[in-house]
Amino acid sequence: MPADMRARLGPLELPNPVLAAAGCAGAGRELAQFIDVARVGAIISKSIMTEPRTGNPAPRLAETPSGLLNSVGLQGPGIDAFLQRDLPWLLSHGARVVVSIAGQTVREYGALAARLSDAAGVSAVEINLSCPNAEDAGRLFALDPTTAGSVVAAVRASLRHDLPVFAKLSPDVTDIVAVAGTCVAAGADGLSLINVVLGMAIDPATMRPALAGAYGGLSGPAVRPVAVRCVWQVAEAFPDVPIIGTGGVRTGRDALELLLAGAWMIGVGTAIMHDPSACSRVVRELEEELAAIGADQVADIIGRAHPRGYGGPGRPPALGGFRGVASPGQYSNT
Amino acid sequence: MIETAAGPVQVRATVLTLRRVDAYHALTLVAPAIATRFRPGQFVTVAVGGPETSMLGRRAFVVHDVRPDHGGTVEFVFEALGPGTRWLAALRARDTLDAVGPLGRPFPVPKNPSRCLLLGVGYGSAPLFALATKLTDRACSVDFVLGGPSADRVFGALSARRSGRSATITTADGSLGARGPVTAMLEQVIREARTEVIYASAPVPVLRDVTALAARYAIPVQASVDVPMACGIGVCMGCVLPVTGTDGITRIVRACVDGPVFRADLVRWDDVGTIPFDALGAPGWKPKAEGHLHAG
Repeated sequence: MPADMRARLGPLELPNPVLAAAGCAGAGRELAQFIDVARVGAIISKSIMTEPRTGNPAPRLAETPSGLLNSVGLQGPGIDAFLQRDLPWLLSHGARVVVSIAGQTVREYGALAARLSDAAGVSAVEINLSCPNAEDAGRLFALDPTTAGSVVAAVRASLRHDLPVFAKLSPDVTDIVAVAGTCVAAGADGLSLINVVLGMAIDPATMRPALAGAYGGLSGPAVRPVAVRCVWQVAEAFPDVPIIGTGGVRTGRDALELLLAGAWMIGVGTAIMHDPSACSRVVRELEEELAAIGADQVADIIGRAHPRGYGGPGRPPALGGFRGVASPGQYSNT
Repeated sequence: MIETAAGPVQVRATVLTLRRVDAYHALTLVAPAIATRFRPGQFVTVAVGGPETSMLGRRAFVVHDVRPDHGGTVEFVFEALGPGTRWLAALRARDTLDAVGPLGRPFPVPKNPSRCLLLGVGYGSAPLFALATKLTDRACSVDFVLGGPSADRVFGALSARRSGRSATITTADGSLGARGPVTAMLEQVIREARTEVIYASAPVPVLRDVTALAARYAIPVQASVDVPMACGIGVCMGCVLPVTGTDGITRIVRACVDGPVFRADLVRWDDVGTIPFDALGAPGWKPKAEGHLHAG
């Protein structure tokens, strides 16, 4: 019997736990040429800022072993064009939309959240914290637990209360659990991890950096072990907090690995560059993986790689979880 | 982007033939769904390295030709310069490839019979022959100007001589045709052929020079750019260049979606690889009081 693929986050129910990761699905139309966007769990938009933005000069991308390095620089249409053009298009095609927002100041994040409160049809908001803080010499918000928490608080304060907020964390910190902690304390309903890992490549032929911006963000299967570790650590510390596990997922088996580490849902990102139908393929493959191990539902395997005691049997289901919904990890087939 | 029934498809394509063409390789795939949708100037992408590949970027190639055999075949031309193209060059007949296409904006063709000049450098000339067929069918005349570093890197000289009204060849080392850059002979051909439209497929510096020269003769140029792409479908944002819209606003656009064929006078050739300060959304750029909301 096929496993129940539904993923539930309080008021939000997704048909499956596979999401197109931020910045990897374009405006949605690009993918719709190859897949039915309504069949993906949700589409996370590219990170939306207040104004249109050109991004960085080319070359912006470099291929590295099992990875892509990018310094696109958040090229995007700005929130007005997103709300007028991209969001309605996605909704009219049956997609569930998680809006990723990015700001240069804490205030900008709050202002974006306020705009989204008035937008109909948004399923959740993801805060991209890997942006330079204009008020702190360009240091990324995600690198400091206090700063990250203040962004989450600003968003939570301006956003409609029924819209779940996910904070997307950077792996480039010494203690990701500390950053996760301040984000949860500031009102994040869930966490998204990981964002890109900073990296660099130099072209020996030109003796110059491969990217115009010198260094950039590494993504793809090369970073998957980093994602698994981060998800594992954060899930262990916060077993009740929903996690979107993202980082190098290419197959259903990769998705299963992140679920076992404690992710509730899975982001598919760089794999889309390699295979435009990656999202729907991962849904299908994950279904097969779950059937093969005899899991009845996705929730059965979330965090299952952790030792007993992690959200496991004997834990009162009503006490954990997102807004009163039972937490995962109630193993049905042990 | 316009969604039409003729949009791109992702297929498992079978290699029909792989042959050497001087310094290049020509790979023919059986891909009927791509072949039937194809228009000259469009490209395909393929995944390289097999299912467990460590090479995540797709490789993009402008289509050389499509044929009706085996339900529809698609051929592209490449040089084996890196690990991805070397992997392709080692394929054999009946191997299969993940292929996506046809992608991108094709060459627009004139409404009325026109005197067309088709300029190509290296394997960049590959898309010009399907275009020449289409132009000839529409009673246009076709003059070819092909160039390359050496005789073995001028693609299609024979086809050009066969299908064009004239074919002018230049090589940097003089091993075929006249010695010198492809632009050296361009002015003479424009005058003799009384060229009305130019189609060019070449490296960016050549396209810049062709655009400048054509402007002096008030000849419109459609230019196919060869910039690195990682996805080919508009999601990676890697293949960008600054292009001015008909509204006068410069935007950073994706060559894979808005190109690869551009109206050459709208491309800011000197600014390729930079973010011009006046581009929409550039640092310090300020939205005008009106009209910017629908832009971008």
